[in-house]
Amino acid sequence: MTTKIFLQQLSNGISLGSLYGLVAIGYTMVYGILRLINFAHGDLLMVAAYTAIYGITLFSLPWYVSFPLAIIITGIIGILLDKCAYKPLRDAPRISLLISAIGASFLLENLALVIIGGVPKAFPRPEVFAKVIEIGGIRIQMLTIYTPIITLILLFGLLYIVFHTKVGKAMRAASVDFETTRLMGIDLDRIIAFTFLLGSSLAAAGGVMWAMKYPQVNPFMGVIPGLKAFIAAVLGGIGNIVGAVLGGFLLGLGEILLVAFMPEMAQYRDAFAFAILILVLLFRPTGIMGEPLVDKT
Amino acid sequence: MLQVDDIHVYYGGIHALKGISLKVKERQIVTLIGANGAGKTTTLRSIVGLVTPKSGKITFNGKEIHRLKTHEIMRLGIGISPEGRRVFPNLTVLENLELGAYHRPPQEFKKDLEWVYSLFPRLAERQKQLAGTLSGGEQQMLALGRALMSRPQLVLLDEPSLGLAPLVVEEVFETIKAINEQGSTILLVEQNAMAALHVAHYGYVLETGRIVLHGTGEGLLKDERVRKAYLGE
Repeated sequence: MTTKIFLQQLSNGISLGSLYGLVAIGYTMVYGILRLINFAHGDLLMVAAYTAIYGITLFSLPWYVSFPLAIIITGIIGILLDKCAYKPLRDAPRISLLISAIGASFLLENLALVIIGGVPKAFPRPEVFAKVIEIGGIRIQMLTIYTPIITLILLFGLLYIVFHTKVGKAMRAASVDFETTRLMGIDLDRIIAFTFLLGSSLAAAGGVMWAMKYPQVNPFMGVIPGLKAFIAAVLGGIGNIVGAVLGGFLLGLGEILLVAFMPEMAQYRDAFAFAILILVLLFRPTGIMGEPLVDKT
Repeated sequence: MLQVDDIHVYYGGIHALKGISLKVKERQIVTLIGANGAGKTTTLRSIVGLVTPKSGKITFNGKEIHRLKTHEIMRLGIGISPEGRRVFPNLTVLENLELGAYHRPPQEFKKDLEWVYSLFPRLAERQKQLAGTLSGGEQQMLALGRALMSRPQLVLLDEPSLGLAPLVVEEVFETIKAINEQGSTILLVEQNAMAALHVAHYGYVLETGRIVLHGTGEGLLKDERVRKAYLGE
């Protein structure tokens, strides 16, 4: 393999990895606060992609209005998801929540299937992102360059919120102790809703970029990236935001480089990702950056 | 200020509180003493809305609060240092105090912080430290300070002396007295009956979900039944 091809693949890996990371943040945040793997999280990518398409085709909005709008709307759908599927089960055993999450995931997918249909829709790619440039003989699409940059900007914004604002402090408090958080006069339901808003918006940003990368949008498009992001979150250490992004980068790079070095393994790409999940769970369940989380009651 | 009127609480099939009534008057220290499982903590949890009494009434400054949510009750001017201290271990000392002041106007924050630091100078020294790394005594100071950051009219203290070295216990009770002298009303739940009755203006003795005795702190200290059952004589 030439250096050129290697660098080409490296940039692809970073770009893919940052998308995993962006989606993984939502898993990790919701897990941190509710100890719940929100299996409907991946489907929010699909929701965001369709919303962005309809913004452009149905309402003739320019992409720079339609994309942010899709992100906001998906964030609000994330809050509704919590209100409908998880909030009524706040005091129920953890397993009920998990089942509810799987149900919510099927509901979103099948609603999309019934309302929109299973025929894939083409996702519009604005020129800014579709443009291909050449750096040192490597041809790179602008999207590949923008994706990790956008991811890092969003990551730092999020870290600022979590570590330097009042609501962020309340989120961190709630992640260890619901009851005492309430005793501080904090409306816990609002903190949880805010967590879903942030996590879902980031997933939506990931969804829009994913749809630009693979411009075939269908009701099940969120399943695989959702599962991959879940693996990334576990790999990085579930509950840890920086870990989620790191896990995403590592998984994306690993996948792409596996295929680059061993093209005959290309079909095993997904198997490789799930093997990583199993290995992490077996040998280091707290992931790279995670600390053992207290088992909340 | 606070009035609890014949509340009954059930946990599953267990009748945990069988008609508790008590009163806390402004500027008093009122204590609730009794053995483990007598219902002391359950009484506090009912006041702050973490458990809902099946019947009975709780009023704070004349307003019924037993149907409100916990955060609404706390915002009326109640602060609590919960059982087991429950500081947020993953947050710094300063961040813990900031959460105590969550619903206070931000412009008051500095003044309140200075006040709490003057009560607990140790917290000022450790403000950047994670609360989980503090000693038990320091965590208790932090839990108290955090409760005071909301400038509450009523402070609820759940076993503030539990698990602390005797010297630190003394310090805690000194502080409770000092806070009270500065104008705070205090409802103190304690197993350490002797120390509690010494600082309290009024006391209630709980046994298996009922109040069996009540009177002034001094009166209860002299009461033969109290001396036998709780002071080990």
